[in-house]
Amino acid sequence: MPASLPDANSLIARLAEAIAPALTPETLIVGIHTGGVWVAERLHALLGCRQPLGTLDISFYRDDFSRVGLHPQVKPSSLPFDLEGRDILLVDDVLYTGRTVRAAMNELFDYGRPASIRLAVLVDRGGRELPIRPDFAGLTLDVPPHQNINLSRLDDGHLTLTLA
Amino acid sequence: MNLQLTDDGRLRHLLTLDGLPRAIITQILDTAESFMDVGEREVKKVPLLRGKSIFNLFFEPSTRTRTTFEIAAKRLSADVVNLNIATSSQTKGEAILDTVDNLAAMHADMFVVRHSQSGAAHFIARHVAPHISVVNAGDGRHAHPTQGLLDMFTIRRYKGAFHNLTVAIVGDVLHSRVARSQIHALTTLGVPEVRVIGPKTLLPTGVEQMGVKVFHDMEAGLAGCDVVIMLRLQNERMRGALLPSAQEYFKFFGLTLEKLALAKPDAIVMHPGPMNRGVEIASEVADGPQSVILPQVTYGIAVRMAVMAMLAGGTA
Repeated sequence: MPASLPDANSLIARLAEAIAPALTPETLIVGIHTGGVWVAERLHALLGCRQPLGTLDISFYRDDFSRVGLHPQVKPSSLPFDLEGRDILLVDDVLYTGRTVRAAMNELFDYGRPASIRLAVLVDRGGRELPIRPDFAGLTLDVPPHQNINLSRLDDGHLTLTLA
Repeated sequence: MNLQLTDDGRLRHLLTLDGLPRAIITQILDTAESFMDVGEREVKKVPLLRGKSIFNLFFEPSTRTRTTFEIAAKRLSADVVNLNIATSSQTKGEAILDTVDNLAAMHADMFVVRHSQSGAAHFIARHVAPHISVVNAGDGRHAHPTQGLLDMFTIRRYKGAFHNLTVAIVGDVLHSRVARSQIHALTTLGVPEVRVIGPKTLLPTGVEQMGVKVFHDMEAGLAGCDVVIMLRLQNERMRGALLPSAQEYFKFFGLTLEKLALAKPDAIVMHPGPMNRGVEIASEVADGPQSVILPQVTYGIAVRMAVMAMLAGGTA
């Protein structure tokens, strides 16, 4: 475990370099609210993606809804394209149990049947509860269950990773 | 004890808007906003209430309200059973609570209740097991909270905020559970001026105590309004001698283009439906550019989805 986490913006740049060879002009980038959208916005710009950016709020698809209820600030999903038969790059900030990604894939399929979905995350922190793995990860770490990795965004748009 | 809220302030049942905190009303409206796009998707469903059983208990017929509750529940992936009890078990003398107990034994999770008697939904809510929620879909002259909420959702969508509005409610306020719910919601949300307009025979005595201004002259009441809400006039009010005739009612309290011109130019016209064209509203107004009556129906589904999702979530 490193004493301090790497700079998020440098990690995103590295992630973009890894993704670039696998991207086609038709690939759609979709970020998961909230941190995943911030990362997706950066990747979208760095990769010069010509397709509009999609955003997903997976609140209506969470498998723990009956225990925790609705998140008070649900943001509508926005997929301003037909995703039937398209290649999707799904983006999140931190990959942990895999349940958020599962929910996001379920939601995507309610909009249409994509040809493929690949997963890019800023940090893969381990602790998976489902058979889900990232295709691209900016950083891979083993973080104990009692600790959280958070991505935050300053007013000037600067992204910061913290371990708490 | 507030029957509608849990000890930690979450929505437990939705029975009335009277006394419902502003924060909860706003949360329902915000949640409804996020459900708005579900109806436009390829798959018009989200899995939130998958595996839940919702029973529409309609002791009084209402095709449209029942249908919108049914669509809302199905869009949340719930299993929905519609029971028109006026034509089935009640005629066999089965008591309401027996019906409720039987349905609870079939593992019901939520009851949507419409009844001609005020307080019926409260009565059921007091009786049901803790894991079951009750939604009042209209009880007597008392309350119709989801209609009130969808009206607030409509106003917010078209006007953006509530703090600078003048809203007029026109017609049979006396017999209207819809009007009562609207007045409670409008005052809770901070609308500075709520007006009720109608003949003396159709306005409740002491209605001013609800924080509204009373007008018996429609022209005066409509002047400068941002929102005009027309109420349905039921035919039995004519037979009950509360009004001389439908024609005379329309002359004094029917919304025509001429009368609407007295409100602000960008005023919106609302109606809970079904409309009596030529009685409380002229067709040119109902179908005109200021009418938001059909969007109200669409919004009603998102608002009912929000209410059901908030009731069903986080019961642990």
